[in-house]
Amino acid sequence: MSREMVTHALFESVLKLDPRVMIKNPVMFVVEIGFLITLILTVDPNAFGGHYPAGQRAYNLIVTIILLITVIFGNFAEAIAEGRGKAQAESLRRTKSDLMAFKWVNGDEYENVPASTLRKGDRIRVRAGEMIPADGEVLEGLGSVDESAITGESAPVIRGSGGDFNSVTGGTKLLSDTLMIRVTVDPGESFLDQMIGLVEGASRQKTPNELALSVLLAGLTLIFIIVVVTIEPMARYAGRSVDVATLIALLVCLIPTTIGALLSAIGIAGMDRVIRFNVIAKSGKAVEAAGDVNTLILDKTGTITIGNRLASAFVPVSGGTEAELMEIAVLSSLFDETPEGRSVVTLAHERNLTMDRERYADAENVEFSADTRMSGITLSDGTRIRKGAVDAMKKYVLEQGGVIPEDLDARTEEIAKEGGTPLAVLRGNVIYGLIYLKDIVKPGMRERFMELRRMGIKTVMCTGDNPLTAATIAKEAGVDEFIAEAKPEDKMRLIRREQEQGKLVAMSGDGTNDAPALAQADVGLAMNTGTSAAKEAGNMVDLDSDPTKLIEVVSIGKQLLITRGAITTFSIANDVAKYFAIIPAMFVYVVPSLQALNIMHLTTPHSAILSALIFNALIIPFLIPLAMRGVKYKPMNATQMLMRNLFVYGLGGVIVPFLGIKVIDLIITALGGANI
Amino acid sequence: MSLSTVLTWIVVLAVFLITIKPIGQYMAKVFTYQPTFLDRPFGWLENGIFRVIGVSRESDMTAKQYGIAFVGTNLVWVLLAYFLLRIQNILPFNPQHMSGLNPLLAFNTAASFTTNTNWQAYSGENTMSYFSQFGVLSYLQFVTPAAGGAVGIAVVRALSGRKLGNFFVDLTLVCTRLLLPLAIVVTLILVGQGVPETLGAYFQAHTLGGQTQLIPRGPIASWEAIEHLGQNGGGFTNANSANPLENPSAFSNIIETISMGLLPIGFFYFFGVMTGRRKLAWTLTAVAGSLFMIMLALAYFPEVAGNPIVNSLGLATHGNMVGKELRFGMGGTSIFETATMAFTTGSVASAHDSFLPLSSLSFFIGMFLNMVFGGKGVGFLNMIMFVIITIFLMGLMVGRTPEFLGKKIETKEVTLASIAFLIHPLLILVGTAIAIHSPAGLKGVYNGGPQGLGEILYGFTSAAANNGSAFGGLGAALPFYEIALGIVVIIGRYASVMAMLLLGQSLLKKKTVPETSGTMHTDTPLFAGILFGAIIILNALTFFPIMALGPLAEQYLMLAHHLF
Amino acid sequence: MVRMFRPMIGVTLLLWVLLGLLFPLVMTGVSNLVMPYQAQGSPVYVNGVLVGAAHVGQNFQPSPDYFWGRPSATLSVSTGKAKPYNAFASAPSNNGPTSSALISDIKQRIAYLLKTTPGLTTGQIPVSLVESSGSGLDPDISVQSALIQIPRVAKYTHLSESFLTGLVKNNTLGPSMGLFGRTRINVLELNLALYKALHS
Repeated sequence: MSREMVTHALFESVLKLDPRVMIKNPVMFVVEIGFLITLILTVDPNAFGGHYPAGQRAYNLIVTIILLITVIFGNFAEAIAEGRGKAQAESLRRTKSDLMAFKWVNGDEYENVPASTLRKGDRIRVRAGEMIPADGEVLEGLGSVDESAITGESAPVIRGSGGDFNSVTGGTKLLSDTLMIRVTVDPGESFLDQMIGLVEGASRQKTPNELALSVLLAGLTLIFIIVVVTIEPMARYAGRSVDVATLIALLVCLIPTTIGALLSAIGIAGMDRVIRFNVIAKSGKAVEAAGDVNTLILDKTGTITIGNRLASAFVPVSGGTEAELMEIAVLSSLFDETPEGRSVVTLAHERNLTMDRERYADAENVEFSADTRMSGITLSDGTRIRKGAVDAMKKYVLEQGGVIPEDLDARTEEIAKEGGTPLAVLRGNVIYGLIYLKDIVKPGMRERFMELRRMGIKTVMCTGDNPLTAATIAKEAGVDEFIAEAKPEDKMRLIRREQEQGKLVAMSGDGTNDAPALAQADVGLAMNTGTSAAKEAGNMVDLDSDPTKLIEVVSIGKQLLITRGAITTFSIANDVAKYFAIIPAMFVYVVPSLQALNIMHLTTPHSAILSALIFNALIIPFLIPLAMRGVKYKPMNATQMLMRNLFVYGLGGVIVPFLGIKVIDLIITALGGANI
Repeated sequence: MSLSTVLTWIVVLAVFLITIKPIGQYMAKVFTYQPTFLDRPFGWLENGIFRVIGVSRESDMTAKQYGIAFVGTNLVWVLLAYFLLRIQNILPFNPQHMSGLNPLLAFNTAASFTTNTNWQAYSGENTMSYFSQFGVLSYLQFVTPAAGGAVGIAVVRALSGRKLGNFFVDLTLVCTRLLLPLAIVVTLILVGQGVPETLGAYFQAHTLGGQTQLIPRGPIASWEAIEHLGQNGGGFTNANSANPLENPSAFSNIIETISMGLLPIGFFYFFGVMTGRRKLAWTLTAVAGSLFMIMLALAYFPEVAGNPIVNSLGLATHGNMVGKELRFGMGGTSIFETATMAFTTGSVASAHDSFLPLSSLSFFIGMFLNMVFGGKGVGFLNMIMFVIITIFLMGLMVGRTPEFLGKKIETKEVTLASIAFLIHPLLILVGTAIAIHSPAGLKGVYNGGPQGLGEILYGFTSAAANNGSAFGGLGAALPFYEIALGIVVIIGRYASVMAMLLLGQSLLKKKTVPETSGTMHTDTPLFAGILFGAIIILNALTFFPIMALGPLAEQYLMLAHHLF
Repeated sequence: MVRMFRPMIGVTLLLWVLLGLLFPLVMTGVSNLVMPYQAQGSPVYVNGVLVGAAHVGQNFQPSPDYFWGRPSATLSVSTGKAKPYNAFASAPSNNGPTSSALISDIKQRIAYLLKTTPGLTTGQIPVSLVESSGSGLDPDISVQSALIQIPRVAKYTHLSESFLTGLVKNNTLGPSMGLFGRTRINVLELNLALYKALHS
């Protein structure tokens, strides 16, 4: 938080004093009205009748000042939260301004036009080193793009025509080659524009839960207004009226100003946390919904597993040795640059077998082809060394006049049963054994799924694998359910089924065929590398294109709700102590024996009231960091979470103000302000 | 604590504990139209009624229709009662030749009995004819609690995912299947204890001391039975159940106490059976039950210790006996008064105005909360309202948008619950403030000091909570109070009930979210604790200032031997 | 709404017949058949003269030769003045805990008891005998309340104190059903026994 931001936020908080703005926050609006009334009473302490002693004016003035500070603190919380977004929006806007585009006219003709004139459907050409002026789809070409302006990720990404990597974003920079791009958005609707709007909070609307909480807070405020307004005649019945400034002080202490002041800041900060996580949420509602998610649908490849199968064992057949098999397997993979091939060499290396490429420089490398379904090398002496799909290899061996080892099928099946992929290895016409290729679950995934389960979230894995393989991975990763041989329709069906049971579903996706499911899901996290259809359909976009982030997004959503609940609880729990400060002070002249309720032994009635009021004001800036950062969140089940938060914010909310008010009272007394 | 107190409490509490389950299960059967043992005596009667009025068990209503039927029928009752009370002098069964009621008193009485408040600005034994007593007021004491219960039943149906049902069917069934059978039994027990049940005129006795004494009689036992079974609380006589004619023995006192609690407590379990959440029902029962025990302790121990000012006079015994009857003992009196305040009956077996300040606090707590079981159905709705507010406030802390019974609590529910929550303090505090601010209101005050404030506050609280008991010193027969309290009872009755009815329907329309380990469970001791705390804190925040000026101030002044 | 007129009025009338008429009338009939004494209000006759109802207290205070009941705060309906044990207008005093009327009434009653009862001290008087009841018709007093009145009753009836003590003992009622409420004495019953002792 820079100094400049603080200054700016302070300025904003004064601007926000405009009653037309304040009324949107009923709780703080009441404080402002209270401020105006005490202001009048400072000018003329007898404005509403009565004959107050000379000291009353000073007391009224102090109350007035504290009330003003309370309102400003509240506005400041909101302004500072907005300020962070604004700063981000500012830098984005700078990226956007002054872009020029080469718009295709016909043939080879291009027109140099300002980017802001581009319309949907226009074709543009971008050359290496130029900024991409608008969102679009690559029609021709392949190039590397620096998207750091948007994603903050400095490594360039590849964008090209066709497939799922054809979408480009305005404001990013083409580093190599030339691209022909079709513009897909009209001005003002681009991704960058949306992002600016979002981070600025300009289009921010109250989320459903925030709205409901506002209603309840307004209801509580109304009750406390009734309570305080009716105190006056009752006290007068008891023999002496209570002065208006004190009544307003009590009212302001009772109404939930703490949560009232921080409520919108919490919402903005929640969005901001998502953004800083490099995820753009298209609405606050989506973030809130993330907290409620019951079912998480995750793709296996790239999300749960690291994406490539890796060699994990060498399985010799018909009495062969592992050492022999390993040697042949490594030979077959010596020039194989695929991850599978590399993993064979690595595994052998781990088992102390290293072979020198140079020695086989004269061997012929045979690449994998869909036709033969095998790869390997042919040595200079003509010896063929191959690895490949088991059935293809069997056929090959028979053609070469070899024999199929009798335990080959059994071994093959064992590997398949365990969810692995077997590759047969042969030299000449002899099959020496199998390479056990295995899907590797990303480290830590199992623990995270366990956490999710504790939070009551079910995980479903989607994979194109056969059921056997899928089951093994599912077990290994610890997901609750899986769909094997999944087609896009299956995902859709799963989402619908879950939603019919009243569950909220979150999923991530990138392909165009994911779009309907992304739209159907309650939380659809689209990958930034994905197609624009996918990005359009999801309600969040992950700029880092990391599908596992879905889990973090859920956590952020929960954290947002917890923060809101914790500060609400804290705010209401605070009132207990404030009552014990103010009630005896207020009624001291009416029923002196009520001093027995002054359990904090506050020095004088005025010092008691001012201490409570000052505490009430100070707690707002004190809690701003918490509102911005969010309550510390650890995955656990609801009961543990409730216990913990209740202990900290409920019990804490009762105890802290007792201490706080006492300390402030001691300070006021020490400063000689108790008898004002 | 004396042995008699312990026994009395144990018997009453044990009966409550033992009956909650069977009553709840029986109610669930009745209101899901399953066969029960009472089909034979009452089935034909009900079917006849339904045929004549043209409704059936299947004609389900929307919340709006149900509400209109409820309010509309109540309106018919008010008009009927008002009319009959005005002309009781020309109606039969009037052996004491009582004259017709004046318009204000007739309005106040009709409004207060129709809303199940049973606030009485008159003394029954010298105002009402027998016909008015049983043909108007006793009748209303059947149907008005039945109507309140019907609304509660409709909301429970909604909460259990069923359609709301039909108001007229529910109204009839509460009368025939719950109130009437119990009333027959209780009437006979009370007659056995010495409560009169006759149409004969009042006695004129010539006492041994050579004086004459006019002793009222009447069909009192049948009145007492329904007065308590329906949590009505209107007394046949002015002194209500303190009068030996209405409550002649410690045993009749226990019977009346038990009669008040059977249905409100059973209603909690009824909810559990209907929703299939028996554990939740027990949780809510535990919360209401703990509040009941706190009220009971507050209503007992200060009274046993006695008034320090009186104690200083050096008499043989301590214990505040002002306004209390000897035969019930302190234990019997305290549990009757706790029950009447908890179940919002409003009958009294002693004079509340003469209780010590901390015991008054117990009475105020009962009426402020209005959900320590409360009137059957209506009290439960108030409990649900607090549950929803609590879940909303605290539920966020588990990191999900709050849900109850698998339904998300959103703006609409929070709005309706807030309205239901808001109305109560609004009526109480604003009503009291107006009364205390106006000479007409102040005229009714009897006791000086904080107790006087308490009298007015008690009046409005009792009216808003549809309780009906009073700090009897208040001159409620003044036009100001007849009108003001008449209005308060009406708003207090209908506004919150309608809000809860709409809330029930709104929840019914929602999809059910399955419960997971991430859901805040509402059927645990933890939640019971939270709910208990939230109820106490929310109400303390609302009513602490007025309690400080009322009972608490009175307590400190009493300790200081200050007299007014 | 209009369609609901029929059920609204219909259910009102039908339930009125059932609950407003049949129920009380049938209960009255049955009660008078099964328990006529109680149903009729437990009347107490002496020599054919109705002297009271068993459960309703009476004002014996004017007669020093009878045992007195607890103070009663009932008023006369017509005059609004104090009329103890007015069963036609049952009522408590409604005096609050800090009411000066409460304390002065209690002090007066103590003084009156001390004045009328030979040898009585304040420390012997149970609080229930000087604090008014809830209905103003409380039929009972505690045993101690009866015992302390014996010297006065003895003085005016010329019966021996030991006889009166026996009388009190014989007329002591145990708790209701033997379990609930307190041991007490029905004043009318005790005085009836006293009356019989004097007039037999």
